[in-house]
Amino acid sequence: MSEDMKVIVFQIKDKEYAIPVDKVSGIEKLLHITRVPKAVKFVKGVINLRGVITPIIDLRVRFGFEEVEYDESTRIIVVILDDMEVGLIVDSANDVLDIPVESIEPQPEVVGHLASEYISGVAKIEKRLLVLINLEKALILEMTEKMLREG
Amino acid sequence: MDMNQYIEVFIEESKEHLQTCSEQLLVLEKNPEDLSIVNEIFRSAHTLKGMSATMGYEDLANLTHKMENVLDAIRNSQIALSPELFDVIFLAVDDLEAMVMSIAEGGDGKRNVKDVVHQLEMIEKGESPFSSTIAEIAAASAILEKKEMFAGEYDEFEWTVLQQSKDQGFNSFEISIGLREDCLLKAARVFMVFDVLEKSGEVIKSHPPVELLEEEQFDRQFMVTMVTTESGEEIKKKIMKVTEVVQVVVNALDLESMLHAANSNEDKVTEILKQESNNALLPTDNDDKKKQAPVKPASNKTIRVNIERLDILMNLFEELVIDRGRLDQISRDLDNQELHETVERMSRITSDLQTIVLNMRMVPVETVFNRFPKMVRQLARDLNKKVNLEINGAKTELDRTVIDEIGDPLVHLIRNAMDHGIETTEERLAKGKNEEGKILLKAYHSGNHVFIEIEDDGAGINKDRVLNKALSNGILTKETAATLTDKQIYELIFASGFSTAETISDVSGRGVGLDVVKNTIESLGGSVTIDSKENEGSIFLIQLPLTLSIISVMLVAIQNEKYAIPLSSIIETAIIKKADIMNAHNQQVIDYRGKVLPLLFLKDIFEVPISQEEEESLSVVIVRKGDKLAGLVVDSFIGQLEIVLKSLGNYLTSAFAISGATILGDGQVALIIDCNTLIH
Repeated sequence: MSEDMKVIVFQIKDKEYAIPVDKVSGIEKLLHITRVPKAVKFVKGVINLRGVITPIIDLRVRFGFEEVEYDESTRIIVVILDDMEVGLIVDSANDVLDIPVESIEPQPEVVGHLASEYISGVAKIEKRLLVLINLEKALILEMTEKMLREG
Repeated sequence: MDMNQYIEVFIEESKEHLQTCSEQLLVLEKNPEDLSIVNEIFRSAHTLKGMSATMGYEDLANLTHKMENVLDAIRNSQIALSPELFDVIFLAVDDLEAMVMSIAEGGDGKRNVKDVVHQLEMIEKGESPFSSTIAEIAAASAILEKKEMFAGEYDEFEWTVLQQSKDQGFNSFEISIGLREDCLLKAARVFMVFDVLEKSGEVIKSHPPVELLEEEQFDRQFMVTMVTTESGEEIKKKIMKVTEVVQVVVNALDLESMLHAANSNEDKVTEILKQESNNALLPTDNDDKKKQAPVKPASNKTIRVNIERLDILMNLFEELVIDRGRLDQISRDLDNQELHETVERMSRITSDLQTIVLNMRMVPVETVFNRFPKMVRQLARDLNKKVNLEINGAKTELDRTVIDEIGDPLVHLIRNAMDHGIETTEERLAKGKNEEGKILLKAYHSGNHVFIEIEDDGAGINKDRVLNKALSNGILTKETAATLTDKQIYELIFASGFSTAETISDVSGRGVGLDVVKNTIESLGGSVTIDSKENEGSIFLIQLPLTLSIISVMLVAIQNEKYAIPLSSIIETAIIKKADIMNAHNQQVIDYRGKVLPLLFLKDIFEVPISQEEEESLSVVIVRKGDKLAGLVVDSFIGQLEIVLKSLGNYLTSAFAISGATILGDGQVALIIDCNTLIH
């Protein structure tokens, strides 16, 4: 019997990425973001998420892509990591998929510009290729702190 | 039975009882003659034993039981008090505390307490846990047997009644009544026994006292003394008829020999009195004790509320404050008189409500302070110093969140005072000081702040030693060293990696320096300063905000961004002309009432995106950190308001010059400027 994993699928720069649904606490339309001075570049600021101050990360910047203007389809995916809530800005998010666990393959050596350490694997569903993001690695504090020090 | 619902109550009450034990043990150590203190400790231990047994924490119950046995022997004068004995009991209390903490953290409350139990058992048997001879054991157990019968002694009144009854031909009996182990309604049985006895004669005295019997504050046995015309056998038969009574021992009272014993007791009492009159402090202590004791159980009209519930209330209230801000804004925009009035009234009600909600979260600083007497006692013994800790203003209240954080820094400062401050007895005598060192721990309110002082009459801080150490550690250069004031030199000991202890002792100098203390206090929005006089002592003064959650700020605009500056750091606001700005060493300054004030352009510091033209005059907020001033240049002042302080969360722990955030009336987030990091 095959096991399924439920994931939220989102797009950045024509590519499709996936995060396990149990890490996601909600998907929001763009809210007013308050800039935090001197924060790391990919931290766009903080938002008021129903009374909770939530930091916002632009995944495009995090992955080293060029920034674009936010538009109608821009979404904030709120993820829970340990005890932290963090919002991720993505180009769009509109799909929830069940992917069979055995269709996940280990990370390939190189996937575009994306540093492979942020990826936990790729899944091929019919003709779509989903990149599974390792949230812990992509967002962990040591990373942000290191980047803070290096500016 | 599901015990989970009781566990919180159990933990809270256990902590309270253990606290009572510690406190009263310390009092007892100072007043070893006052056996009523032992009773109080015994009661706490006993209740704790009962509770832990009910909850199924056998280890906890067993250890308490052992401790209780020792206490029982103490109050029956079978064991003499000694510092070593106190050490063992304190150890037992420490273990009990550790067990309760382990339960509180979800553990099973198990702990290896073999040593302590062994020592307690030895003490109970009358052996010294440290050295023992057979003769001592024999003597002690002999006393044990003799005293087993009745613990209570008779006061003058009871004594007269007993004697008069005897003269009138009544018999006096001491009756010990034992209940079945599984007896469920102990108080009811006591009542029935008393009922029987009162039909046959008169009850003179009971042990434990009637009030305690009614509260079921006894194990399985209790004793009464009565006068009657009936014989011992008859009485025994009557009592045995009461259900669940398994054992009745009736002893006739021998008034002659008791008179003899009482006389020797009287001698003891006069001796004690003599001792007490020698020490003027002791009787007042006792008086206080007596006054406090009866107040405790009665008329306690409070309820225990889980702090989480208060947190939820607080959060809801914060939402309300935010919405109040929003309503205020809308009403101003709409300019409707009725709406204005309603909003105004609502504002007043919410401020009252705010005071109430905040007050509910206030906890007396006592909860932190009361662990110190025991700590100081132990440390004094470890360091072989004589130290007297005096606590003032323990009732001063602080927000729960501050209380939770302030414990460790205080522990650190007190340890520091004991280790580095207070000299050894010989040194003190050589300096002509009282051989007992003094530490004064004081808390008090002032304005919107709470102050905590830790004052010692020890050696004070040696400036040269601090300077040398700072120079050798590279914290300071020779040139700057010459310009420092005394106070600035003392503050060097807060620098990280600084310790003036020549040898690293157990007590301090373990790598955690005073810098941690300073950081913790500053992270609470407080500050700490030192004053010291060599050979006279040092004072550490901690200043803390009353509450952390709702603060008054000045909201300012910088281009399109809004920032909040805490009113507590603001001295005043001013509008200055650009022409008045002067340059000094690449630093723009202004003349502020005869003082040169550096200007900090927040839009540059915070790299705010520029979208508006600059104006001819500047809006400046003059802020301070300690006695240093600076002017923060902003684009405009929006106004003063009360905001709910929120943290930036765990992800953004190191945001530059930002101490937190708040949500404004329009739902947007505004950052709160941390003036302390902006001024160096």
